[in-house]
Amino acid sequence: MADEALISIRQLTKDYPIGRSFFRALKDINLEIGTGEFVGLVGPSGSGKTTLLNIVGSLDNPTQGEARVLGQSIGKLNARQSAALRNHSLGFIFQTYNLLPVYTVFENVELPLLLLKMSKGERQEMVERALEWVGLQDKRKSRPAQLSGGECQRVSIARAMVKSPKIVLADEPTANLDAANSHNILRTMEKLNRDLKTTFIFATHDEKVIHYLHRKISLNDGKVVEDIIVENN
Amino acid sequence: MLALKLAWRNLIGARLRTWLNVFVLSLAFILIIWFKGILNGWDEQARRDTIAWQIGGGEYWQENYDPYDPFSIDESHAVMSDKIRQAVAAGQLTPMLSTQATMYPEGRIQSISLRGVDPAQPIIELPTACLAETDDIIPAIIGQRTAKNNKLAVGDYVTIRWRDVNGTFDATDVKIVHIFRTDVPTMDLNIVWLSLTKHQEMFRMPGEATILITAKGAKSPETDFTGTFPGWTFKDHNFLLADIREMIKMKSFGGYFMFIILMSLSMLAIFDTQVLSIFRRQKEIGTHIALGMTQRQVITLFTIEGAMHSILAAMLAALYGIPLLAYQAKVGWAMPAGTDDFGLTIAEKIYPSYSLVLVLGSTIVVLITTTIVSYIPARRIAKMNPTDAIRGKIQ
Repeated sequence: MADEALISIRQLTKDYPIGRSFFRALKDINLEIGTGEFVGLVGPSGSGKTTLLNIVGSLDNPTQGEARVLGQSIGKLNARQSAALRNHSLGFIFQTYNLLPVYTVFENVELPLLLLKMSKGERQEMVERALEWVGLQDKRKSRPAQLSGGECQRVSIARAMVKSPKIVLADEPTANLDAANSHNILRTMEKLNRDLKTTFIFATHDEKVIHYLHRKISLNDGKVVEDIIVENN
Repeated sequence: MLALKLAWRNLIGARLRTWLNVFVLSLAFILIIWFKGILNGWDEQARRDTIAWQIGGGEYWQENYDPYDPFSIDESHAVMSDKIRQAVAAGQLTPMLSTQATMYPEGRIQSISLRGVDPAQPIIELPTACLAETDDIIPAIIGQRTAKNNKLAVGDYVTIRWRDVNGTFDATDVKIVHIFRTDVPTMDLNIVWLSLTKHQEMFRMPGEATILITAKGAKSPETDFTGTFPGWTFKDHNFLLADIREMIKMKSFGGYFMFIILMSLSMLAIFDTQVLSIFRRQKEIGTHIALGMTQRQVITLFTIEGAMHSILAAMLAALYGIPLLAYQAKVGWAMPAGTDDFGLTIAEKIYPSYSLVLVLGSTIVVLITTTIVSYIPARRIAKMNPTDAIRGKIQ
């Protein structure tokens, strides 16, 4: 399983208020995820996988329990500390790519490096390398509207990977892609995981993604119902 | 710096949407500066013409003289002392006698102000040289407005009736020898100008005057060269131009409404763009947060983005506005016919006057207003749930 615990979740609960009542999205979650894992949170819609991913990504806070990411307790971070954690150590890949439509491919990939206040030379070099990883060097001046869905998701991967984060969180990354593009994307991510030892955490119910996972954590009704290592991967 | 860079990218990337807002805002810039320039130009012209035609370097008023009280006119004249005569001879003063009379153009009765002035006076621009007397006629000059109102032309004779200092009524015909054009209506409207000596003779007021106009040049004629004269009160530019100042102030006040309307239109465009941006770009806002920005940083980014419209607008306005305004300052703005009939000191053409303070002041006001208008809707970002924003869920 994990070489060392990058992510440690203890008795995590998440409630969402609904009127005077609340909806419990996560119940008593206990997990550890280590460096270089290629792990999936698997389950049907409403099972809590995206909620868990958002908490790990410091975009949301637990109601009870603790989620420690890279040694930092998510619930205790202020807005600036949360932003710094995301900025330095986390990469995000979204189902709908979330590329900035008025930016070129290069500018989209460059954005996280701008937030890290890197020099122009460094940014240039790192963006070129990230575009090379995903095979989009020739599209650097294109805008997202000029790209296919598969290409947009590859840009999204390049943007997540460009700063070489310790953890990449991918929420349904293949949901909007056809089978060929899905396999292409997944092979790219698998290669990056292998080469750079980046931890990938997916939230998915796509069988194609599940096929690539090295560890499968199944969620149902906000609970972990299964946590298995996939031997053949 | 980063927010500036990203805001710039976002604005340039938004292309037509940005340039439409920028164009509307640049129009507001130009119109605001132009309108203020017109008022400044008018103010300068009115002051310049009033000084040149009427008040010179300031006036001494006979102590009873009150231009706003017609009952004081009969009493507001006095004999000029030797000291005053010396100053007149030295070209430092020119006397003017003002009395009431009645004119009968084409048999109609018209109350007038009869003014006597030295035909050789060198101080004001009134063409007094035409008033040099001859044996057979009494020459008189009138302004264009008086000529038009009374249907008088050069060469016409018109009967003047007056009551002299002893209360005796008398009448004579004067010949209109010249009709002058002035932008100062208080030198024209229902005023008939005669030679000072003839005027004094008609009213049996030898050596008397109502006003002593000082030569231009001395900052304070009272201390610089003419000194004080008992029975005469010195009125400086500050006092004599107060009416013009008030009038321009009133016009400026009206101008503020135009300023507010123009600003409101452009600010509405910016506000609308900001609200739409925040509504349409929720995913983008969520993405920025996911990539490591705080919500406050995103608010700053959107505020700067909105405020940058005014910087771009200022640049665009400079591009087409400077040649446009410079051309207008050169050729002037023709006033509609009849504007000066309202008694305003206004030229046929006004030449706008633009100062650095006006341009910088307007730019700063627009910049600050745009920033505030951009910030107000951007505050909404602080209330957004980042996880919903990432999915573009309407909040």
